Amino acid sequence: MIETPSVPSSSGGRQGVPRWRRAPGQPGLPRNPLLLAGGAIAVLIVVTAVFAPLLAPFPADAGSATHPFAVLRPPSAVHWFGTDQVGRDVASRVIFGARVSPVIAVFVLLIAGVIGIPLGVVAGYFGGWLDDVIMRVTDVFLAFPALLLALVLAAVLPPSLTTVTIAIAATWWPWYTRLIRGQAASVAGRPYVEACRALGISRTRIIFRHILPNSITPLIVQISLDVGGVILTASALSFLGLGAQDPTPDWGLMVAEGQAYFTTAWWLVTFPGLAILITAFGFNLLGDGLRDQLDPRRVMLR
Amino acid sequence: MTAYIVRRCALAVLVVAGVVILTFVIAHAVPGDPAATWAGPHASATQVASARRFLGLDRPLPVQLVSYFGGLLSGDWGVSIHTHQTVLSDLGAAAPATLELVIVALVIAVLVGVPAGLWSAMRPGRAADQVVRAGAILGVSMPVFWMALIFQLVFADRLHLLPVAGEYSPNLLLSRPLAHRTGFGVLDALLTGNWPMLGSTLTHLVLPALVVAAYPAGLIARIVRAQVLDDAGGTHVQMARALGLPERTIFARYLMKLAWNPVAATLALVFGYSLVNTFLVESIFDWPGLGSYASASIAALDTPAILGVTLFVAILYVAANLVADLVQAALDPRIALR
Repeated sequence: MIETPSVPSSSGGRQGVPRWRRAPGQPGLPRNPLLLAGGAIAVLIVVTAVFAPLLAPFPADAGSATHPFAVLRPPSAVHWFGTDQVGRDVASRVIFGARVSPVIAVFVLLIAGVIGIPLGVVAGYFGGWLDDVIMRVTDVFLAFPALLLALVLAAVLPPSLTTVTIAIAATWWPWYTRLIRGQAASVAGRPYVEACRALGISRTRIIFRHILPNSITPLIVQISLDVGGVILTASALSFLGLGAQDPTPDWGLMVAEGQAYFTTAWWLVTFPGLAILITAFGFNLLGDGLRDQLDPRRVMLR
Repeated sequence: MTAYIVRRCALAVLVVAGVVILTFVIAHAVPGDPAATWAGPHASATQVASARRFLGLDRPLPVQLVSYFGGLLSGDWGVSIHTHQTVLSDLGAAAPATLELVIVALVIAVLVGVPAGLWSAMRPGRAADQVVRAGAILGVSMPVFWMALIFQLVFADRLHLLPVAGEYSPNLLLSRPLAHRTGFGVLDALLTGNWPMLGSTLTHLVLPALVVAAYPAGLIARIVRAQVLDDAGGTHVQMARALGLPERTIFARYLMKLAWNPVAATLALVFGYSLVNTFLVESIFDWPGLGSYASASIAALDTPAILGVTLFVAILYVAANLVADLVQAALDPRIALR
């Protein structure tokens, strides 16, 4: 997530101080405890992902290692979260899992942004029949619950992490198109954009220097709010067997594999699922808090 | 208003047509040969060929799409390859169980989410507000399949408080069988006065309904809170305050009432989301609904069934959104003027 907002701001960062930082009445630093908690969890996940080989007690167990004499051991001082059906250390696999679905989320949001943002800018800035065509197509995509379309797509493609990424990204971009289109259309009507046009400034320059930077703030908020949702969707697809396959330490897959031993070995399902919950919770807290900070209207009410 | 209703309905029809084309294109990229699945594992090449002709798979794709459209309109949704029943009758048999689950879950979600959202909006920034907000975000962050397994383990397997899975206790099939009236278990038991069965269906509903309710409850609490806080700065509230109305009256009469509007829109949204969530929950609770049918169809590469169940859920979702839009327009006439 820390990396995600840099996607749009790479094109909008040249505006200097972002608009929302200059808003009057804006309290300087977040005093929202939920935002701080979310930020802490997000940092924890990123650190876990980066330093997984150092943090995991048995790094080899994240792969295809098997220990036939240590299967289904309950949690202990050696195996904090117990061992799985082939004797692998569950804690190590959960730690390495931070490198799977959170990374998928980054890629999904990247792809969705790369598809959704240009379409939204084109629809909002140019209007006319192009706008109509683009928006009716997004309407059709938005008529699906995202998980349903992702399920159908994942069902027809061979199961893999790439499939999960493609399937979710294919359902996610229309939200960004719709969001950016509304912003771009309202910015395009402002007098200073009209002035630019009168001065003979090229369309490309208007779009990149004026339309995009001024439409991007709500998108950053939305993207940060979406990290948790993408992680949940990705784990759901993996749980159904449409995503990562066995040696991959994917949290959703681990829950699915543990299901068969659930009544005797509760730790197999509990800990990977808890990791999904904590990750989604952290990023959702962060996104929610960011929205409150970046939406001056909401802030002034408090 | 009439113009708005007509426009909104026309848009819904267009969207459904787009959904048909999209699902059709995706489903026909299914690897494997549905004709071979239909004919069975020991079929000869000629049998597979005749199955292909029977299923209409030998024609070009656009022709298949047009005839599929025609079939949909005349009530012919194709024949499921794994059940050998018509898709429409399969869907009709599976839908009530899922709808029952989702409706009960949404009722729970409203009963929990609306009071929680109002309660937290009355004390913004304070500890109670933070707790409700954290709880609401926890609800929307819950991996449903995991929650289903944990609830099953704790409340059914360990504490023996509630049944593990199924729609009702199979023992009752001998003593007090469920008469089929509407397909909704609870309703059928109630209509026929089958009290032991009513108790059994209700206790079997508790766990799956709670699991499906987690996301909508959290979302509704957030939406209600945000709406009330947004309106709290409005001129009509300042006016009421200037008139000297007590805060309690302002809250009950002006803020609570307005919060129902986004709840209607949210309900339509989470209705679709919950329908799909049952795809994850039903198999765990052995619930005989659309979710179980969908997973079986996907496992069997059953194109007509996958198409049918996707389309069915999408249509339910579009219809729910349509109803929500019309209800909102009725509650707030400004919407129809936009």
